[in-house]
Amino acid sequence: MSIPYLSRRVFLKASGGFLAGTLVFVNGPIALLAPSHSWAMPLDSLSSRQGEVLLAVTRQIFPHPKLEDAVYAHVVKSLDRKAAGGTLGKVLADGIVKLDAASGGDWLSLDDNKKLEVLTPMAGSLFFESIRSDAVVSLYDNSLAFTHFGYQGAEGDEGYLNKGFNDLTWLPNPPQPDAGYLPF
Amino acid sequence: MAMTDNQKTFAHDDSSVVVVVGSGAGGGTLANELAQQGIDVVVLEAGALYTTADFLADEWASFAQLAWLDKRTTSGSFRLATDFPNLPAWIVKSVGGTTVHWAGASLRIQPHEFTALSTYGKVEGANLLDWPLTYDDIAPYYKRAEQRMGVTRTNDNKGLPGNNNFKVMYNGAKNLGYSCDTGHMAINSEIRDGRSLCLQRGFCFQGCKTGAKWSTLYTELPRGIATGHLELRPQSHVARIEHDDSGKVTAVIYFDAEGNEQRQQARLVAVAGNSLETPRLLLNSASSMFPKGLANGSDQVGRNYMRHTTGSVYATFDQPVHMYRGTTMAGIISDEAHHDPARGFVGGYEMETIALGLPFIAAFLDPGAWGPRFTGALDQYENMAGMWLVGEDLPQASNRVTLNSDVTDQYGLPVANVHYDDHPNDLAMRQHGYRQGAELYRSVGAKDIYESPPYPSTHNLGTCRMSKRPEDGVCNAYGQTHEIPNLFISDGSQFTTSTAENPTLTIVSLAIRQAEHIAQLMQQKEV
Repeated sequence: MSIPYLSRRVFLKASGGFLAGTLVFVNGPIALLAPSHSWAMPLDSLSSRQGEVLLAVTRQIFPHPKLEDAVYAHVVKSLDRKAAGGTLGKVLADGIVKLDAASGGDWLSLDDNKKLEVLTPMAGSLFFESIRSDAVVSLYDNSLAFTHFGYQGAEGDEGYLNKGFNDLTWLPNPPQPDAGYLPF
Repeated sequence: MAMTDNQKTFAHDDSSVVVVVGSGAGGGTLANELAQQGIDVVVLEAGALYTTADFLADEWASFAQLAWLDKRTTSGSFRLATDFPNLPAWIVKSVGGTTVHWAGASLRIQPHEFTALSTYGKVEGANLLDWPLTYDDIAPYYKRAEQRMGVTRTNDNKGLPGNNNFKVMYNGAKNLGYSCDTGHMAINSEIRDGRSLCLQRGFCFQGCKTGAKWSTLYTELPRGIATGHLELRPQSHVARIEHDDSGKVTAVIYFDAEGNEQRQQARLVAVAGNSLETPRLLLNSASSMFPKGLANGSDQVGRNYMRHTTGSVYATFDQPVHMYRGTTMAGIISDEAHHDPARGFVGGYEMETIALGLPFIAAFLDPGAWGPRFTGALDQYENMAGMWLVGEDLPQASNRVTLNSDVTDQYGLPVANVHYDDHPNDLAMRQHGYRQGAELYRSVGAKDIYESPPYPSTHNLGTCRMSKRPEDGVCNAYGQTHEIPNLFISDGSQFTTSTAENPTLTIVSLAIRQAEHIAQLMQQKEV
């Protein structure tokens, strides 16, 4: 499991911020596999607050109530990487300023409904699309997400022939010859 | 050791060789067939050589490894132009071409589909035409292709065992009065032809690591090389084809792995670069003698681009399906593949299971979507089943591949622009398929139904279609261009109409037939 842990390195970093949190769903599939319930992620180009806002924006765009922040943090990390030295950093910073301005100063302090109300008119903007188009890849292409959503990913490399490719039992088994033949 | 290590090589100024551009279903098969007959062949493949050991069980990483990602542009009203403006096609740039990525469905075109114009009659806005060959002409070659590819349910090859996604489709199919089985697949259900049986990995699209699925990468190409008559040159990106004063092609200019320009002389050139690159190459080869591009006196090169009428239906259930386990196309229903205009459209469509991993279902379920309806689908990923609709789209003269001279690739060559508007017939067929798919899944207890739009196309067809009369197309029934006797089209670009079936089996059959014809012409010194 690639949960990012709190480390000295996070606190000693000279520039950039960091994201940190605690797993919420202590009986969820991620928590059951994680050696620790605290996580942290250093950021290179974004500030801690920018990271927090972007994580919360991603939660509004792709709302999965039972999905840990630790998974959403992959999106922030991906944006942080892309923002280094490019124009994306300014797009994100300006978008966050706009969100705050439309919220009387602090978009993060709004409740969920209000957050969405302020964010929705920005759908289709470069700010919104930059986050959405990154998140639709980075949120769902990591082992934590695979665990959460029930996708076995690279486990399939060895083949499911003896590992449940036809283990569905809630419908009748189709008969041969239509259903084909096992090789053994 | 790479298969190219000890291969026979040919000199660049050897003008006796046949040059085949592309190593996929068409090019790879043609090259081997020619080599088996003792004809010397040089295969120029734009992509790199990977082996089955290189394939990745990781959707995005594999996509980055295998997909053709050189720039293309799009126009027209089809949704892809909005969602993926630079990715109109999902095809492969590596040795083996798109036979590395295909799912293995090997269906014969139905006899009436070869006479689309005669059978359907004129359809407004469409450019329908009968193929210049009949089902009976191609039937013996279908037989040979099925034999060599090891297609299940032919030649005593057993049907593949059905996975969970198949079980859902099968039970729904029975409720609707459809027939359904695990299909005609070029995937080994038993050890055969020196290749493994299918281990049900579920990564058909990412390259078959066991080699159970037929691909020219580990069948036709090494066999051709073993004859001593075939040289495979990976990372050789063909830029243009040259001709002499008599109008015959004489050489192919390409960029090698280092980006250096090379010139290979040729007795005959066969182009099999998939339906976007094939017309692009002919258009980029324009000369003073052929100002509109090679073999384009009819102005048909690039026109009648077809991509099949497609769409997917995903459904969620109370209990797990795990659709991603096992073969991607695990079940096929052909009951809607016939021609019955009473349904509100001409032609027909197949229904085939499809499964995407979590990363790709997020990318392709509803591109651009956000919010709770979209995430609600992903929350039910474990309990999801899916099918792909693949049907005949109609040829239209204005659906075409042209050169975009404002945008160039890494070699400075104009890229292909793909223009596509759905025909009303395509839209009616897609809606019908969505309805039938939804009803099928509802009959076995589906909770939510999701209609997904077409993916970037893997079935790219037409653009150099075969025709009886030169003015209606680009090549004849053997793929020989009407205008240049020693220039052949050897891929799906030849298709006169798209038909309902997955095209690979037909591309392979046409390549076997073409190889026979080319050998005859060479023997008779006609080319």
